[in-house]
Amino acid sequence: MATTKPRTLPLSKRGLNFEMFMWLFTRLSALAMYALILFAIIGALIMGARNQMNFADVLRWGFMPNSTHVQSTDVPDLAPWATPFWRLTASALLLVATAHGVHGLVVIADDYIVTPRGRNIVRILSIIMMISMSLIGVYVLWTS
Amino acid sequence: MSLKRNVSLATGLRYKGQGPMLTFVLHRIGGLGMAIFITMHILASFLGGQIGVFLNTVYENWLFQIFIFFCVLFHAINGLRITIIDLFPKLLVHQREAIWVEWAVFLPLFAVAVFVIISAAGG
Repeated sequence: MATTKPRTLPLSKRGLNFEMFMWLFTRLSALAMYALILFAIIGALIMGARNQMNFADVLRWGFMPNSTHVQSTDVPDLAPWATPFWRLTASALLLVATAHGVHGLVVIADDYIVTPRGRNIVRILSIIMMISMSLIGVYVLWTS
Repeated sequence: MSLKRNVSLATGLRYKGQGPMLTFVLHRIGGLGMAIFITMHILASFLGGQIGVFLNTVYENWLFQIFIFFCVLFHAINGLRITIIDLFPKLLVHQREAIWVEWAVFLPLFAVAVFVIISAAGG
């Protein structure tokens, strides 16, 4: 392996622009999603998932702690699964995941759409998609 | 202003990026797969009706479940490697070893999940 000394620029010369911020956000939101999914699975086990749900149902609850994900299982009482506490947790996971996912789509599109005009269109579409999916998702979470 | 790629498609296909290239491609496929699935899933639960019922039959198919679980699990495990290496750049020299560890974690977990999915589908 070549032993070139890694060059590190001081923070003032690196330039903290939006893309740099989103690069960091993608990593940190990934960590946040691991934590939220683990949190939901632990919560499900505390609420009795071991006796009432199979592996697939626990995963479904883990990836989005929303009461409609357990309503067709053997859970006898939906009330502890549909509290504002779990709706807030699910909303947090939804908003973080939407931002992470839509930015991921922009990153992929940037590899293939290279004209400034095309990239502007991608950005406008991504903003529309992010806002609309966040609103629709929050609506579904709080009305189901 | 547009990018110029002095590389033909044939050269691109012959590019031997090996392990890291494979994880890059699978990470991208997994991310795209999840983005499309979750968008459809949210829209189906919002719209309901016939579209929702039709999409649910797609989601409950065991082939689709294997595909989407591959997307989720690979994206999650590979994403953890990327996150750890990017937040601690000194670890970058170990990235090929990290990819082997990643496969060692991914393959048994995915094999168990595929076994569970197929045995549930087989009844």
